[in-house]
Amino acid sequence: MVIEALKGLFLGASQKVEDRTRAKEQSKGSFSSNTKLEVKDLNFYYHEFKALKGINLKIPTKKITALIGPSGCGKTTLLRCFNRMHDLYPGSRYEGSIIFHPDGINITEKNIDLLELRRKIGMVFQRPNPFPKSIFENVAYGLRVNGVKNKNLIKERVEWALQSAALWDEVKDRLDANAYSLSGGQQQRLCIARAIAIEPDIVLFDEPTSALDPISTAKIEELIINLKERLTIIIVTHNMQQAARVSDYTGFMYLGELVEFDKTHKIFTVPSQKLTEDYITGRFG
Amino acid sequence: MFGTLTFKRALDKIMLAVFFTAGFITIFITVGIVYVLLSDSIEFFKEVSIIEFLTEKEWTPVFATKKFGIWPLVAGTFLIAGIAVAVSIPLGLIIAIYLSEYASTRVKEIVKPTIEFLEAIPTVVYGYFTLLFVTPLLQKVVPELEAFNSLAPGIVLGFMILPYTASMAEDAMKGVPQRIREASYALGATKLRTAVTIVLPAAISGVVAGFILGASRAIGETMVVAIAAGMYPNLTIDPREPIQTMTGYIVQVALGDLPFGSIEYLSIFAVGLALFIIAFIFNSIALWLRTKIREAY
Repeated sequence: MVIEALKGLFLGASQKVEDRTRAKEQSKGSFSSNTKLEVKDLNFYYHEFKALKGINLKIPTKKITALIGPSGCGKTTLLRCFNRMHDLYPGSRYEGSIIFHPDGINITEKNIDLLELRRKIGMVFQRPNPFPKSIFENVAYGLRVNGVKNKNLIKERVEWALQSAALWDEVKDRLDANAYSLSGGQQQRLCIARAIAIEPDIVLFDEPTSALDPISTAKIEELIINLKERLTIIIVTHNMQQAARVSDYTGFMYLGELVEFDKTHKIFTVPSQKLTEDYITGRFG
Repeated sequence: MFGTLTFKRALDKIMLAVFFTAGFITIFITVGIVYVLLSDSIEFFKEVSIIEFLTEKEWTPVFATKKFGIWPLVAGTFLIAGIAVAVSIPLGLIIAIYLSEYASTRVKEIVKPTIEFLEAIPTVVYGYFTLLFVTPLLQKVVPELEAFNSLAPGIVLGFMILPYTASMAEDAMKGVPQRIREASYALGATKLRTAVTIVLPAAISGVVAGFILGASRAIGETMVVAIAAGMYPNLTIDPREPIQTMTGYIVQVALGDLPFGSIEYLSIFAVGLALFIIAFIFNSIALWLRTKIREAY
């Protein structure tokens, strides 16, 4: 039943065309050159606990990749490997590699410049977390961190980012107001604007709508879909419908392993693994 | 059966009365203190006008020509408190940032109780430490530093109020949600930038509240200044000269054998009232700032 319903989601004509072109691309073998992140045999340890086990995965460029799975499956842990957020806390250890294309940098390398990495791979968090500063300063912060001093340029970029995050019209008359005067959904769009203002290559979304109402959620989803024109998106979600609605590719994780990774419509219609199917159809989770 | 229930009810009422009394005893005491201060101050102001008290520039209650201008004592008090705050705020801020953003749990477990222990040292120990150790040490560096001065006690007080300036600031910074720090790191910010431009501003009302309570503590401190700052009411900003603070004057008169009800005796209540008002204002500001911090995020 659920599968039937989800199938319906993908029968839109435009979707079909998109699928066909994507299939063509892949058959030509251009997939590898379109890979943004290449995860190879990744293990991640938190103290003695092995949280990720032998992950292999290719994140395609300028597509939306969703990571789904039950609580504690390691999806957020994997996401936080990409910008090395784990390094903020003691006891984290990586094995294996995550190659960041096209530069070919290995993200898990000990000595890489984490500040530069995080500038290129932005993040939007589970709960909106604006700084207790003005709306303008929230978006300008990343620019200032990265050494932009020209006031006009900062103004321009802030406006651009807020427009890209579909927030500009709502806040343009009160840019000096405290970010906490915004609603939850607006705050989350502000956080998206803040993340994209410095033009990262990739934006990581960690369950970005889990604290929001359905209307705000719809707005954020629309925004995420629009953003893929410009950047690569990886989204962790506990909401399967959300993964089905927004993503091009989906990875299903369970107990620290990547069970299956494929095009979203395949995962949701003809999963190759029994475990994936059980999860998708709600038999556990 | 019914008997027990009645007993339980009675016990309940008795306990309520006990709790109520315990809770309100602090208020009774405060009101009592204010009453004593006010009533004796009124006696004082019957003989010395408030105008003289607030405009005269000399404080010479034991001289033949008595003058009762509060300003030399206020100046002495604020000079020492000012030095204490000037020492304690930068030091406290650095310690707070280090403890809240950089230090490992183990370092914190040692440093924080040590800072808080500073408050457990009897102030008379600080006083003699200042007079017999710090002042002689400073005299080697500072020319014309007198044996009694405001510099040495000011510096020592600066360390003494670190439990407020450093420890409270650290508490406020620690209270800033981790997700706000993560947002900053995720944009490629360094630890220092995150600490100074995100965490510190977010915690600023708590940090400033700590500073003000520290300043208030320095203003009210008695033993150190009575021992090491001198007993010379002196309207000066030179930290090398002996001075007298409001608290120092109260100690001097209270310990001397001045006749009960004399004008000198009554003057300490007027000084005490002025001190009370100053401390009350400082603490109110600090309290207001501390409630404000909870609204920030």
